[in-house]
Amino acid sequence: MSTLAHVFEAAGIATVALGSQRRQIEETAPPRGMWVDFPLGRPLGKPADPEFQHRVLRAAFDMLDATEPVFETFGESIDDDGTEVVACSLPPRHDPDLHPAIDEARGLRPAYDRSLEQHGNRIGAGRVVDADHVTEAIESFIRVADGTPWKEAGVPGIPARVVQDIRGYYETAAVGLSDHVPGAWAGARWFYRETEAGKVILAARQAMADSGVKNPVWFYMAPGDM
Amino acid sequence: MADKDVKALSADIEIPSFSSTAFTTPPPLADATVAIVTTASLHHPDDDDFSPTDTGFRVLQADRRDYMMGHWSPNFDTTGFALDINTVFPIDRLDELAEQGVIGAVATEHLSYAGNQFDVSAIRMDSGPAGAQRLKDHGVDVVLLTPV
Repeated sequence: MSTLAHVFEAAGIATVALGSQRRQIEETAPPRGMWVDFPLGRPLGKPADPEFQHRVLRAAFDMLDATEPVFETFGESIDDDGTEVVACSLPPRHDPDLHPAIDEARGLRPAYDRSLEQHGNRIGAGRVVDADHVTEAIESFIRVADGTPWKEAGVPGIPARVVQDIRGYYETAAVGLSDHVPGAWAGARWFYRETEAGKVILAARQAMADSGVKNPVWFYMAPGDM
Repeated sequence: MADKDVKALSADIEIPSFSSTAFTTPPPLADATVAIVTTASLHHPDDDDFSPTDTGFRVLQADRRDYMMGHWSPNFDTTGFALDINTVFPIDRLDELAEQGVIGAVATEHLSYAGNQFDVSAIRMDSGPAGAQRLKDHGVDVVLLTPV
């Protein structure tokens, strides 16, 4: 991102750059850079908190008064202690003949649709797999987890991108089910730790790693620290 | 899974360096036209999705709100954006600042690039200058850069 700051300034446009990773924003030295000590994915800090977002913007735009390159640190931090998960209930078991992940994904569809109606499709399915085919994508990863080579399992695209659609489907549903603004990573932790589909994805990822599939193919199916 | 652990993954990543720092003095903020340029790979649903090594940009219209996340990395929170686009792309906040007279105007077009690129030379030499020219053609004086 700082590359763009340098390029834009050279073209005659003043820039203010926010950065959530201190080393990157500090060492790439954009002309006006501000480290915001917030979780990755939330450079304005707090969703649905216009006052907080305005404080960030005010501090950022104040840097425009500088007469030479400047690096600032925003005065408020937001911590992620690695524990919060989205507080929403998973659908009860409906069809015992189905794999639990398939039953679960079907049960979440009304919540997904409600969330889509409220917020729009911002992170949900649709890049490779649309909402009508999420269960089929999960089925393909069930086969991978059970030992089928991923190229023979019917995975409908690059595994990491397919997983993004599944995770997006689930996190969109979670946003619709939650009655509060979840902390950063609470949705991802909920998906990978608590949902049946998340467990399938992690099992498939592990099976691919164990069978010697190249790292980039399976690694990006989950956050890198998992 | 914790934010600090994900951030630690990129602790040793190679960082581009610049031999000099260009510096443009903007007009007073109250007279300036402001655009957002994000590296969150946002796009409108009817625009092309980003490929993994996509160094191009997509235009985000200021009068629309159907922004989609097209980033390939799993290493950031997405629920904040799902709930409130302003968490990443503070277009509503800019509208408010324009109404208050804090900024001169909100640009009619904003830009989105794909962050997390290992080779930024194409952005540096091609799509970056092209994006800057496009914004200049639209009268942009100030750019707010946001990552994910």
